[in-house]
Amino acid sequence: MSILSYNGGAMVAMAGKDCVGIAADRRLGVQLTTLATDFQKVFQLNDKLFVGLAGLATDVQTLHQELQFRLGLYKLKEEREMTPQVFSHLLSQLLYEKRFGPYFIEPIVAGLDAKGKPFLSGMDLIGATMTAEDFVVSGTCTGNLHGMCESLYKPDMDPDTLFETLAQSLLSAVDRDAISGWGGVVHIITKDGVTTKELKGRQD
Amino acid sequence: MDFAFGPEPCMAIGHDILDIGSRKAQAKRQRGALGDAMSPAPLELGMPGQFDLPNVEDPARYCRTNFASVCGTGDEHQAVKFAKGTTTLAFKFNDGIIISVDSRSTMGNYISSGTVQKIIKINPFLLGTMAGGAADCSFWERNLGMECRLYELRNGRRITVAAASKLLANVMSSYRGYGLSMGTMVTGWDETGPQLYYVDDDGTRLKGRYFSVGSGSMYAYGVLDTGYKPDLTVDEAIELGTRAIYHATHRDAASGGINNLYHMTKDGWKFIHAVDVNDLHYKYAEEKKNAMAT
Repeated sequence: MSILSYNGGAMVAMAGKDCVGIAADRRLGVQLTTLATDFQKVFQLNDKLFVGLAGLATDVQTLHQELQFRLGLYKLKEEREMTPQVFSHLLSQLLYEKRFGPYFIEPIVAGLDAKGKPFLSGMDLIGATMTAEDFVVSGTCTGNLHGMCESLYKPDMDPDTLFETLAQSLLSAVDRDAISGWGGVVHIITKDGVTTKELKGRQD
Repeated sequence: MDFAFGPEPCMAIGHDILDIGSRKAQAKRQRGALGDAMSPAPLELGMPGQFDLPNVEDPARYCRTNFASVCGTGDEHQAVKFAKGTTTLAFKFNDGIIISVDSRSTMGNYISSGTVQKIIKINPFLLGTMAGGAADCSFWERNLGMECRLYELRNGRRITVAAASKLLANVMSSYRGYGLSMGTMVTGWDETGPQLYYVDDDGTRLKGRYFSVGSGSMYAYGVLDTGYKPDLTVDEAIELGTRAIYHATHRDAASGGINNLYHMTKDGWKFIHAVDVNDLHYKYAEEKKNAMAT
């Protein structure tokens, strides 16, 4: 079994009209054994920037701490918040630095840029970035998530529709994946602020 | 065309060990006592020795390394893998046997079905459970159903659970090493009372008070060991069987879906319920909350 699917987990980020959303499940497991159903894998880095870290749980936490440290340094030096584009490059660089001993993480980045327009990117575990206009997915059921997103996504959704689409995509996708699920969380980012909602998912 | 019951060495191991009258019938047929053009040809499908094998030096090893699924969580990097991942349990108590299973079928981490019937009705007095390779289980338990019916026709009485489970165990022994994947409980009520046997792909056949089989079996055993006693009432026994499966589906990623539960009585098996384990989760959470409040 791949080390990337050792702990399980699924996440998806999607763009709407002047808003973006990011959603993830809450499971932490060791292969088939579910250890916790309140694990955090999506992190808010500033008012308009979220990162989702899918993959090995130990690296989720290590990488999150590293990112917080790097963002803190940037803020002190530059006296401004980091934009999603810059953050995506920073994360990519951070991952490629470990080219021959990588963090086992495939992250997704979701945020609003300086003009308030959605930014989405996803990358593999050594930092190969792909940006998307519509949605990005990561985790152990990307096939399921792609299928759901391809059929439910519509351009220019308002924040409420975006939430509904993300929630339905995530819940349906994880119901066909053995090692994701057990509840979820959805963050919707608009220029006016962030709304976070917990999802009640199947408990098996 | 009849060679299925022949006396050829190693062609019909499973049926020679426990001769249930097939050889006698064959001998009669050859003497012409029962063999006319109108009598049905012996069934050939699924008899041990009737499957095409790969034309290599060691077919068992070839099967094992290329398209067999191994038991447990092991992975020998076979090219073809089969659906598995299950929790099943059965236990005897004073009022019969409870048979309780989940309904999830997985292929790796993908959930290929959430509504599988893992309890196979062999006849009104015999039930089998499925764990392991879905195809191996369903094929060989259906085959067992056929053998049990033939036994009834030949002998004019129902087969005992001991004999039925041995028929299955003998088939498993004859294919030992070929990578069959099956862990089953054969339960029933015969002239000796309620009976419970565990039969698996390496030919193990055990008689016992309670068993649990599958990737979630450890969780189910935990609940069974805590709650089991022989003098449970029927309602208590149903509750124990349900709870054990619920806890297994919650912790084990490869188990889930619906809890199917049957009760074996002296009048044969009775279907008790099919409930969504997600509903059970909130029911038990509510009960726990109420218990803490009082």
